[in-house]
Amino acid sequence: MSDAAFALAAVAVPFAGAALVALAGERRRDLREAATFASAVMLFFLVVALGPQVLSGGRPAVPLFDMVPGVALALQVEPLGWLFAAVASSLWVVSSAYSIGYMRANGEGRQTRFYACFAGAIGAAIGIAFSANLVTLFFFYELLTLVTYPLVTHHGTDEARRAGRVYLGILLATSILFLLPAIVVTWILTGTTDFRPGGILGGRIDAATAGVLLALFMFGIGKAALMPFHRWLPAAMVAPTPVSALLHAVAVVKAGVFCVIKVIVYVFGIDTLASLGGSAPFTAIAAFTLVAASVVALRADNLKRRLAYSTVSQLAYVSLACSLFTPAAIMGATLHLVAHAFGKITLFFAAGSIYTAAHKTEVSQLDGIGRAMPWTMAAFGVGALSMIGLPPMAGFVSKWYILSGAMAARDWVVVAALAASTLLNAAYFLPIVYRAFFVAPAPGDSGGHEAPAPMVLAQVATAGACVAIFLFPGLAIAFAKAVAGG
Amino acid sequence: MLAEHFPALLVVTPLVAAPLIVVVRSARAGWAMALAACLAAVLMAAQLLARVAASGPVSYAIGSWPPPWGIEYRVDAASALVALLVSAIGTASVVYARRSAAAEIGGERLYLFYALMMLCLAGLLGMVVTGDAFNLFVFLEISSLSTYVLVALGRDRRALTASFQYLILGTVGATFYVMGVGILYLATGTLNLADLAVRLPQAADPRAATVAIAFITAGLGLKLAMFPLHAWLPGAYAHAPSAVSAFLAGTATKVAIYALARIWFSVYGADALLRDIPVAPVLAALSVAAAFIASGAAIVQDDLKRMLAYSSVGQVGYITLGLSLATEPGVAAAIAHVVNHGVTKSALFMLAGAMALRLGGTRFSDLAGVGRTMPVITFAFVIGGLSLIGVPGTAGFVTKWALAGAAIRAGQPVFAAVVLLSSLLAVAYIWRFVECAYFREPPAGAPAPGEAPASMTGTALALTAAVVAMGLHGAPVLGAAGRAAAALMGGAR
Repeated sequence: MSDAAFALAAVAVPFAGAALVALAGERRRDLREAATFASAVMLFFLVVALGPQVLSGGRPAVPLFDMVPGVALALQVEPLGWLFAAVASSLWVVSSAYSIGYMRANGEGRQTRFYACFAGAIGAAIGIAFSANLVTLFFFYELLTLVTYPLVTHHGTDEARRAGRVYLGILLATSILFLLPAIVVTWILTGTTDFRPGGILGGRIDAATAGVLLALFMFGIGKAALMPFHRWLPAAMVAPTPVSALLHAVAVVKAGVFCVIKVIVYVFGIDTLASLGGSAPFTAIAAFTLVAASVVALRADNLKRRLAYSTVSQLAYVSLACSLFTPAAIMGATLHLVAHAFGKITLFFAAGSIYTAAHKTEVSQLDGIGRAMPWTMAAFGVGALSMIGLPPMAGFVSKWYILSGAMAARDWVVVAALAASTLLNAAYFLPIVYRAFFVAPAPGDSGGHEAPAPMVLAQVATAGACVAIFLFPGLAIAFAKAVAGG
Repeated sequence: MLAEHFPALLVVTPLVAAPLIVVVRSARAGWAMALAACLAAVLMAAQLLARVAASGPVSYAIGSWPPPWGIEYRVDAASALVALLVSAIGTASVVYARRSAAAEIGGERLYLFYALMMLCLAGLLGMVVTGDAFNLFVFLEISSLSTYVLVALGRDRRALTASFQYLILGTVGATFYVMGVGILYLATGTLNLADLAVRLPQAADPRAATVAIAFITAGLGLKLAMFPLHAWLPGAYAHAPSAVSAFLAGTATKVAIYALARIWFSVYGADALLRDIPVAPVLAALSVAAAFIASGAAIVQDDLKRMLAYSSVGQVGYITLGLSLATEPGVAAAIAHVVNHGVTKSALFMLAGAMALRLGGTRFSDLAGVGRTMPVITFAFVIGGLSLIGVPGTAGFVTKWALAGAAIRAGQPVFAAVVLLSSLLAVAYIWRFVECAYFREPPAGAPAPGEAPASMTGTALALTAAVVAMGLHGAPVLGAAGRAAAALMGGAR
């Protein structure tokens, strides 16, 4: 099979998996779960198989249909897309195990729809990762919004329905009102929507237009959750925890920041942006989101809400790094996409384990829970340290590059924002770990037990990955270098 | 050779089928004859479209009287495309009607339904192929009169008032049109569209041309449900039999739009319109109002078919907005939306009809929990709804893309903003259905889970699949629409 066929298969496998899940149905649930697993593993191997070729400069391309004259629905694998696909596909394998444990232990309904939409969401994420042009990207971007809507509203309650409205309303409105016009304008200016190294807008755009276009792209990519378009993310937390874990820590939000990096690097080109200047407002918005979301997280007692705002803040790291327009910062942004994915999924897995085993959702209820759930809380601790950016965790690697990019650019506001948010991260994560291990349980709250084995294994695996990325960062750095053009 | 007579046979075939069906007086045979006539029309329209693309416009002199003295039928890239759309939707509607119309009309009148469908189809196809302004009026009346009766066949008595309202307003529209044509005839002494295009600039009094286009635009505006002349449409679409709603939604307003574009651009010409006559800005303003007000009204309807009808008025606003740009990309986007929205809306009315058949109605209270009782139909409806919003991967996106691009290229980015902003209203009305279908419990006494008859479900799903196919592979429709726009704007010759 050629590499192009691998790329096509990688997008097709999750959708085929979704179809198999739907066919198996509720009555043959073991078969259904096997279908999920099989497609996750198959996708992972397909993506891995593409890796060496992409790293050595190959760009497997698959044109599919002429969507509008001159713009094809087309796939192309480049280093950034491969990295995102590798993260999403490897974590799909882990989270499938976790989901099966969680959904069965909590007796959730509509599981067939859940697994089918989940697979569809991964397919859309891979489609985003491998998009060859802005229109294909937009197609999969909207598909991801729509296919995750049933997951967000999974419980079917009034609360879920309201959250679904916020989720869909913000994501569709930003994409239709800002992202689509940005794509149309790009197409009119350049006659193409292809992603090309060095960008396509160079020499075709003046500083003022570039500023407007950049704003349209940044706010149009609502999945990157830049304030004030971040509210869909905490709203989506009404979903079952595996959804929050994979989709709202990995696939959906990472699709957002992935699109940001992709647009900056392959549509504008960092050299073009650096020469045009005018990044200050964008940097300011990202820095504000970074700090403000951390402050909200500090005050949130609900654990998932705290994690959600932590995500908003961590996504802003990526946007902030992108706004520096330097290769080192782009490397940092790329690495942060990877590092945050593994760290945040560990935290969400732990939150779901706590809910499943102890039925607790608030931070204030977690006193002494580390005694009953040592593995879960240890994994949580690892994830938290990675969020703060301490060695020996993955978060340190990416923050190092972002910080060195900011220092090289002598942008002291960014350095200050990074420092402030590191402190705030420590302030809202460490007390949780402290409570769990060093505060005595509330009276009458003794006993308890660990979550089911698949869930524990999943979170230990992702926590291990956080450490592994710190110890062996070579592969991720090689891809990030290829993205930044180093 | 037979193919030479296709421009005439396209109209004559359904026109002859209608009285034959009445003579045979059998619903079953009537259905078969209607289907055969429709299929023949599809094949002829497809052949004409291919021929026109290969070797330019086809002119056909009725009775061998050469134009401009005799009546000329004239098929170019624009008319062939619209003829193909009309006959294809007609075919789908007839297939769909076999079970749907049997259930809603039933009994002894059923064969008349098929006869009227054929008359209506003949009228619409005649409007498309004719090259004569007065002949166009005749076909307009044939299609309109048969439509009034078709609407009145609806299942309850409200269909009668809806039909009567349509009759009054439709007649006013036709009268305005024919008055405009009369003024043109007085000013130029010709009725042939191509001849008009030549003689109109030489007319003694240029005010005649201005008055005539005002009459014609208002008259056809009524037929195409241009805001605020749309009052007849929601009632007619909501209360007509489902197969009729599906047929009309994809064809009737679309053909009137074609006729308006033909007279605007082939007879008057974009230059004259933009330079001398302030009709384009008026149409643009009305289109913007339609996109917001009619789409907004769609959100608050209690009945799904009525919601779709208001949505149609809003979507027609996009089409007329494209025309009002009076540029080739704008007209191309408008023609593409004629096709894409025609297929989408027909599919949606068919799906709504399938729900009506099983649930006894299309009020939102009837539709609670329909996602569980009719999962396939409901899911298809959501896909069709996404096309109304313009989500990529559906036909609606392709035209939204073209329209936004055309507006920006024409130096009117505000209109691009209008298109995008108003599509959020479509999100609101489609999501009202989604929440009703998936979040509410089916009412007590709701039928057991199950889909509509296979012929209805199959036709509706085929059209829904076409919506997706035209969305993923939109270049053919946009390409054909681009050639159609070039044909319209290149004058009638």
